[in-house]
Amino acid sequence: MIYDVLIIGAGCTGVMTARLLSEYNCSVAVADMASDVAAGATAANSAIVHAGYDAKSGTLKAKLNVRGNRLMKELAAQLGVELKNVGSHVIGFGDSDLVHLKELYKRGVDNGVERLEIISGDKLREMEPNVSAEATASLWAPTAAITCPYGITIAAAENAATNGVHFYLNFKVTDASSAGDVHYVTDGVNTIAAKYVVNCAGVHSVEVAKILGENDFPISITPRRGEYMILDKSCGDIAHSTLFVCPSSRGKGILVSPTVDGNIIVGPNAYPISDGDDKSTTAPGLNEISEGARRIMPSINLRNVITSFAGVRPTPDIYDFYIKHSEQLKNVIHAVGVESPGFAASPATGEYLVSLLEEAGLKLEKKDNYIPTRRADGNHKQWNRLTDEEKAEACKLNSAYGKIICRCETVTEGDILDALTSPIPAVTVDMMKKRLRAGMGRCQGGFCSPRVADIIAQHTGKSLDEVTKNGGGSWLVVPREGGIK
Amino acid sequence: MTNHKKLIIIGGGPAGLSAAVSAYESGVSADDILVLERDSEAGGILNQCIHAGFGLHRFGEELSGPEYAGRYIKMAEERGIHVTTNAMALSVSKDKAVTFVSPETGYTAVTADAVILAMGCRERTRGALNIPGTRPSGVYTAGCAQRYINIEGFMPGKKVVILGSGDIGLIMARRMTLEGAEVKCVCEIMPYSGGLRRNIVQCLDDFGIPLKLSHTVTEVHGKERVTGVTIAAVDEANGRRPIPGTEEYIECDTLLLSVGLIPENELTRGAGIQLDRMTNGASVNQFRETEAEGIYSCGNVLHVHDLVDFVSEEAAIAGENAAKKILGKTEECVKKLEVKTGNGVRYTVPERLDLTAHPENLRIFFRVTDIIKKVQLIVETESGEVLVKKAKSAVAPGEMESLEISAEKLCALLDSGDSYVKVYINEMGGDNK
Repeated sequence: MIYDVLIIGAGCTGVMTARLLSEYNCSVAVADMASDVAAGATAANSAIVHAGYDAKSGTLKAKLNVRGNRLMKELAAQLGVELKNVGSHVIGFGDSDLVHLKELYKRGVDNGVERLEIISGDKLREMEPNVSAEATASLWAPTAAITCPYGITIAAAENAATNGVHFYLNFKVTDASSAGDVHYVTDGVNTIAAKYVVNCAGVHSVEVAKILGENDFPISITPRRGEYMILDKSCGDIAHSTLFVCPSSRGKGILVSPTVDGNIIVGPNAYPISDGDDKSTTAPGLNEISEGARRIMPSINLRNVITSFAGVRPTPDIYDFYIKHSEQLKNVIHAVGVESPGFAASPATGEYLVSLLEEAGLKLEKKDNYIPTRRADGNHKQWNRLTDEEKAEACKLNSAYGKIICRCETVTEGDILDALTSPIPAVTVDMMKKRLRAGMGRCQGGFCSPRVADIIAQHTGKSLDEVTKNGGGSWLVVPREGGIK
Repeated sequence: MTNHKKLIIIGGGPAGLSAAVSAYESGVSADDILVLERDSEAGGILNQCIHAGFGLHRFGEELSGPEYAGRYIKMAEERGIHVTTNAMALSVSKDKAVTFVSPETGYTAVTADAVILAMGCRERTRGALNIPGTRPSGVYTAGCAQRYINIEGFMPGKKVVILGSGDIGLIMARRMTLEGAEVKCVCEIMPYSGGLRRNIVQCLDDFGIPLKLSHTVTEVHGKERVTGVTIAAVDEANGRRPIPGTEEYIECDTLLLSVGLIPENELTRGAGIQLDRMTNGASVNQFRETEAEGIYSCGNVLHVHDLVDFVSEEAAIAGENAAKKILGKTEECVKKLEVKTGNGVRYTVPERLDLTAHPENLRIFFRVTDIIKKVQLIVETESGEVLVKKAKSAVAPGEMESLEISAEKLCALLDSGDSYVKVYINEMGGDNK
């Protein structure tokens, strides 16, 4: 078939675009090299819905961030994804920082961020008692929020899939051609044909632009890696809002923030790297973010770290996002250099990309039968998020909800079976983890990962040695000779 | 299902089963005991420990883990004690209300006269150590790998580096080797192994597997699956930080972690019971009763044991005393004594003594802080009277020690002005370490 639109990249930008397109009568495909949606920068960032005071006024980034902040909250409510309006502080230490905070305040007001306020160090510590005694002021942004970036992106992808969007995972674009008005994009095995192509390939977006046929693409990208640590839920109340320090030239600086799941996140630093897929952490990097966190909160106990990770952001050589029609290729649109606040902006970036598609000639006509939820039967709630009465009721209807598989995060067998039958079936251990938090708790999957892998194997008719952590060569157990089933 | 039971035991592993049997023997009828086991079978982690070495103290013979568990499962069955399997306790409150869920019973709330916490422990993870590098598949805790091999029947890898020389790590070095894997080395950050001496001999030495003391893993390599690890020597004098220049790359597809066990006390904490910072378990008296009246704790959830035999023994104390509480047979506490740690002692269990007018012999368990040769183990009163003294040729943090205080000595303490007893070791000299 020939799709109307092919989106390359199933990160937040690509998925939000696909979701909006799924409201219309047009056929949409989304292709991603990873084994899951939301696998790149969307899976590994600060998990903040930034208020929008950071980007310079008048930029596309600023506009999309502020609008995206509002839309993200609506989307979370619509898809039943948890989002908390915790607000954020940018913390200043001394007079020179205060000058900077005032600049940010003005920028925020110009960008249309509501209810910004500069408060004293004492007021800050009243709100956040654990903040350093040396902090002298803060820019308080009550509209900043926290959510799970990959959680809401997966929810949006399921919503899109429920409305007919096709997802091609493990599809790494290697070549492309066009004939007439149709683009043909291939991974060397399969080919997707589409009239319009949107490049949302994140850290690989310039590579993809070149594969699509761009010569002398005007933008270049430097992958920039940021490292993070997650602290156990037992210290989840040390911060109630997102705590930034005054920004430096290398990103927004190290933050301490609660996560929507009740943990604490610490990070990131920001270093350019050559390989955009290199998500390794380093000993000096983890030390650096530890020190950064202690600057904000001297009493933070980093013995409570339960895991660390790194994310790679696509930093362009220009200040702004580059979201434009191709100058050379017909019906190709690029979203390149969408680094922070790319996630916060993504629902608005999606809107913007849809408007560019319309500009290019895509006919947009609303569907009659659009389903506004993740699945045709609504937004499925995980068992541990139900009320006691609902929990009891769910167990009565289906005893699989009474069987706990992941002990640390109270994930039931019923939840795992639901994820296996969702519009984008979770068929790897990491897919389960991202959807249900199975394996994300204190024991980090020590107890449940063999059991989760077992259920995946049984349900998909595979042998355990065919189940992977996250696709490709990420095998869990040594394949048995002859592939015993 | 009635929503009140005389006794709820959370955990159907060696601790829970022994506590149940002991409570029954002390007069609680089987119908009044609810044992909640989250796995599909009773026995706990013993079910995947198919190696021998269990039961030497308790049964005077060498059993495998499933055999040891089987003995207790049989004892429970013979007494008509039913273990509710696939049942996960979700909350416990100080007033002994428990919620749990299972496929058979659904979501259920039960109250009890007494609760015994016997949830066991979990393994420390890579994240807790914060080992830098990539996050490929192939990094397993030793217990997780053990499950893959012994329960699922699959090998978790072919070329293996093991970090941590705790007993599970040592056992897994042997197990992986026997199943055809190449175990390249076992790294231990400390200058000594935390495992039992017999395991070092039988699991490493017998197979020629190198034990690299004062070494750690500094980086994990590989994008999809582990392709290797970097190890380095650590500087004992500098917070055990890796020594630059000593890094060595070892090609492997699997990193197993045996870097410690953590008592699984989320329910305990949820009940508002304070934990002892040294044991990561509740603080208890000699009856294994926590600060919350009628809530007991025993086994690896109280403190990590090195032998299951001692888990059973400890759980029997909890079971017996929970039964006394339920049956109204407890005596009033007339004197409270704190058990303090002195030189060379990391922690003790119990942490306090609640003496009645008729005290019985009691045993204080403890761990030492370091490997020390030629020592005296001593329990002394606040006023300096030695209650027990025992000479040993060597002590090690990996092996639990204990001292028994006689009823007679305890009686004498009742009228003293002492507020604590102290456990410590006297180093008698000689070439240490």
